[in-house]
Amino acid sequence: MTLELTGASRRDLLKASVVGGGLVLSFSIAPKAGAAEAGAQALNAYVRIAPNGLVTIMAKNPEIGQGVKTSLPMMIAEELDVLWENVRIEQADNDPKLFTRQFAGGSLATPMNYDDLRKVGAVARAMLVNAAATAWNCPSGECKTAEGHVIHVSTGRKATYGSLAGQCAGVAAPDPKTIPLKDPKTYKIIGQPKRQYDTKKVVTGQPLFGIDVRVPGMLYATFEKAPVFGAKVATADLEAARAVKGVKKVFIVEGGTKLDGLLPGVAVVADSWWAARKGRNALKTTWQDHPTSKQSSAGFDKRAAELNAGAPQMNLRKDGDVDAALKGAAHTVEAAYAYPFLSHAPLEPQNTTAHFKDGKMEMWAPSQNPEPGRQLVASTLGIKPDDITVHMTRCGGGFGRRLSNDYMVEAAWIAREAGAPVKLLWTREDDMHHDLYRPAGYHYFKGGVDDKGNVVAWQDHFVTFGEGEKLASSAGMGGTEFPARFVPNCKIDQSTIPLGVPTGPMRAPGSNALAFVNQGFIDELAHAAGADPVAFKMKLLGDAPMVGTGPSGYNAGRMRGVLAEAAKMSGWAARDKLPKGTAMGVAFHYSHAGYFAEVVQATVNPANGAIKVDKVWVAADVGRQIVNPLGAMNQVQGAAIEGLSHALYQKITIVDGAAKESNFSNYPLLRMAAAPPVEVKFVITDYPPTGLGEPALPPVIPALCNAIFAASGKRIRTLPIDTKQLKA
Amino acid sequence: MPYKLNVNGKVLEADVDADTPLLWTLRDTLGITGPKFGCGIAQCGACTVHIDGKATRSCVLPVSAVGDKAVTTIEAMENHPIGKKVQAAWMDLDVAQCGYCQPGQIMAATALLAKTPKPTDADIDQAMTNICRCATYTRIRAAIKQASGQKVTA
Repeated sequence: MTLELTGASRRDLLKASVVGGGLVLSFSIAPKAGAAEAGAQALNAYVRIAPNGLVTIMAKNPEIGQGVKTSLPMMIAEELDVLWENVRIEQADNDPKLFTRQFAGGSLATPMNYDDLRKVGAVARAMLVNAAATAWNCPSGECKTAEGHVIHVSTGRKATYGSLAGQCAGVAAPDPKTIPLKDPKTYKIIGQPKRQYDTKKVVTGQPLFGIDVRVPGMLYATFEKAPVFGAKVATADLEAARAVKGVKKVFIVEGGTKLDGLLPGVAVVADSWWAARKGRNALKTTWQDHPTSKQSSAGFDKRAAELNAGAPQMNLRKDGDVDAALKGAAHTVEAAYAYPFLSHAPLEPQNTTAHFKDGKMEMWAPSQNPEPGRQLVASTLGIKPDDITVHMTRCGGGFGRRLSNDYMVEAAWIAREAGAPVKLLWTREDDMHHDLYRPAGYHYFKGGVDDKGNVVAWQDHFVTFGEGEKLASSAGMGGTEFPARFVPNCKIDQSTIPLGVPTGPMRAPGSNALAFVNQGFIDELAHAAGADPVAFKMKLLGDAPMVGTGPSGYNAGRMRGVLAEAAKMSGWAARDKLPKGTAMGVAFHYSHAGYFAEVVQATVNPANGAIKVDKVWVAADVGRQIVNPLGAMNQVQGAAIEGLSHALYQKITIVDGAAKESNFSNYPLLRMAAAPPVEVKFVITDYPPTGLGEPALPPVIPALCNAIFAASGKRIRTLPIDTKQLKA
Repeated sequence: MPYKLNVNGKVLEADVDADTPLLWTLRDTLGITGPKFGCGIAQCGACTVHIDGKATRSCVLPVSAVGDKAVTTIEAMENHPIGKKVQAAWMDLDVAQCGYCQPGQIMAATALLAKTPKPTDADIDQAMTNICRCATYTRIRAAIKQASGQKVTA
C-alpha cells in the first residue's frame, strides 16, 4: 500500500481518523517487559507512573525531525497535569492495535492526535483522582490536581501520582466522553517552548538512528539494483565478489515489478559494510533491457509540448467561457511553466536491520510508515504480519521518502537468505538512483484581467504523468486548486505522459510544484495589469469568508489575514526604497490545512545573474494553538529554506530511463552561505490546530521567483532557476 | 592489517584493510557511531571528525593515512573546552530537527571557534559547509554566535 497524501485521499484519511472514526483511544495496558521503572504502573498504553512520580509517556509516531516525539507527549502531559521535568518519553514500537495509525505524513500528527491524546492524559488523570477520592472516602469532585499531585481542595490533603498509580491497577478507565478537557487558558505545557526530548542525545552523538543499530552477530549488506528502474540482472560475477575479503554471501534477488517493493538485484553480505561494498564493486553487473530505458526528461519535455499543441485528453474543471473572457480582457498573458523531478535525499541513507529467527522477523527501521512496511514484508516473504516486529528508530530525515518501505523489504529478504542478522545500508548513489521522485510537470497557461484589475479568465493545460485517469503517485492536481473558484471563467485540462520512473509524495506533495506555477502566473497577471501584487492578490481572494465547503473548502478570510500580515512584516509598502537590483516578491498557498503567505527579498547581480536571497518573511495560520512554539519555528524556517533550495539548485534528470544525478556533487543542496534569515509570525485564529511539517514550503518558491522578476525583469517559468538567463 | 589509532585519547586497535575509510573503521569496527554516513564523497560533512584538531571528513580518509594523529569524535566533545560550549548552545537553542547532520555540524563549529573565537557571519559562511537537509542553518548560525559569546540576532 502506498500512502497517498495529496488531494482527496489525504483529506479522507484525515476525515476517517478525526471525524468519522471518533475517539480512537487505546486503553489497553501495554506491558513493557524489562523496560519499566521499578514498581511503575501503566494506566493505559501511553502512560506509566513510577512510585517516585516519574511519568513515562510513549511517543506513538515516527520521529523524522518534525518534533512529534516531543509534541505528542506534550498533549498527554498537559491533561495529565504533571511537571514536564518529570516526564520521560519512550519511542513506541509499531503496534497499531495499541497506538492506532503510526506514521509521519501529511502534516497530520497534530490534527489527528490533538483531541485524542489530550483525552488519553485526561482519562489517566481522572483515574488518579478517583483513586485518591476512594482512599479519602470523598467525592472525586472535591479533588483537583496540580503538578503530579491530587489535592483535596477543602482540607488541602495531598497525594502524589506516584503513590496513587498502583491503586489504578485493574481499574477500568472511565468513559472518555464523560471526562472534560482543560480550559486552554490554563495550559502549562501546550503552547510553551519545549526542547526536543532527544536534543542532548543528538548533540552528543549517541546512537539513535537506524544506521546506528547494532545487533549481536550482525552482518552488513549492500544491494545493487539496475539504474533503469525495475530492470533484471543479466550477468554478475558472483564469484569475484565472494573472493573479496570479508564477504560472506553473494546472491541474486529475483524481486518483482512493483517499484516501491522488492526489485531485482544482487545482494552482497559481509562482515563490514566496506567489505560488502568492495564485493559489490567486483560484481560488474549487467542488466537486461527494460522498456523504461527509452524514457528521458528531454523526451518528456518534447512530448509535453506536443500534447499542448493538440486537444487536452481530459477536463478537470470548466466554469463560464474562458475563450470569450480572454477575448474581452484588457490584459492577457500566455506562459508555459515546468518543474523537474526531485529526489528527497534525506541525509541518512536508507537502511534497515533485520533478524529472521525461528520463523519470526525482528526489524529496526527508520520508516515514516512502518505498518505498511510490515505488511509489505509479510506479503513478499510469506510471513504472518503477527510474526514480524518492527522497532521504530529515529529517522535522519523523511520528507516523504520513508513513506515507502522498499529498503525494509530488501533487508528482510537478505537477512532471511543470509541466515544472520543483517544491516542493509544504501549508498547515497543508491538513494538518489532509487528514489520515488517528486514528479516533474508542465503547465500551459492563459489568463486575462479586466480594466479594473479583476482576473476574469484562467486556463491551465496541465501535462503530468500517468495514463488517462490513472496518474503517477503525487502527480495529480485537484479541480479546486487555487485560483479555481475565484475566477469566473476557469478551464483546467489535463494530459498525461506514461512514466516508468517511480514517483511519490515529497514534503508538501503537489503543492510544492503547484504553488510555484499558480502563484507565479498570478504575479504575471498582476504585472500585466500594472497592479501592486499584494493588492492584486488580495482582490483575487475576494470578500467571501469561505469558498467551497467540506474538505475542499478554502478559507479566503484566513488567507487574506496572512497575506496582510506578510505584507506588514516585510515592509512591503516601502519596497520602492530598496536599492536597484533588490526587490520583493509575494506568494501564498493553502495546503495541509495551513494558510501561508510569504515575502522574499532577493538581489540579482546583473553582471553574472547570481541571486542572493536577503530575507524571507512568513505569516502562518495553523489555527488557535501552536503546540510547541520552539519546534514550530524551526519547522517553518527549515521548510522555507528547503523551498529555496528546490528553486535554486535541485533537479533530477532522467536519461535513458535512469536518474543522472548521483550525489550532492551534482544534486546540490542549499548550504549555510546561501541561507537567509527567516522571520516567522503565527497568526492565531480560532480554528483547530493543524500541522507544520509541510505548508510553509510551497509559497517561498514563487515568492522568490516573483522577487527575481521585480529585481531583474526576468520571469522564472522553469525550475531550478537558470541564473545565466538573469544576466543583464 | 591491524592499525593502532589514537581515538578520543585512547589507543584503539582496528584490524581492517588499508583502504577502509576512517568513518567505517570508527563506526563498524570500533563501534563509535557519532560520525555519520551521508554521501561517501566528502560533500555533506555528516562524517566530520577532528584530526589533530582540524575538521576532517572521515568518509574519504583511508585508515592507513591516519597514523598517530589524534582522532577526536563527537563522543569526546563533552570534554573539549570549546566543544562543550558548542554543544550547550546547540541544546539551548534546540538547533536540531532530525539531528543526523548535527554531530558533524558541531565538529565543524568547534574547529571554527578553536581557530576564530569570534567568527563573523562571513567566517561562518566560509567554515560551515556541512549540509543540513532539514535546513536548520538559522539556528546553527545563532548557536555558533552564542557559543562564542556574541550577540545572537537570528
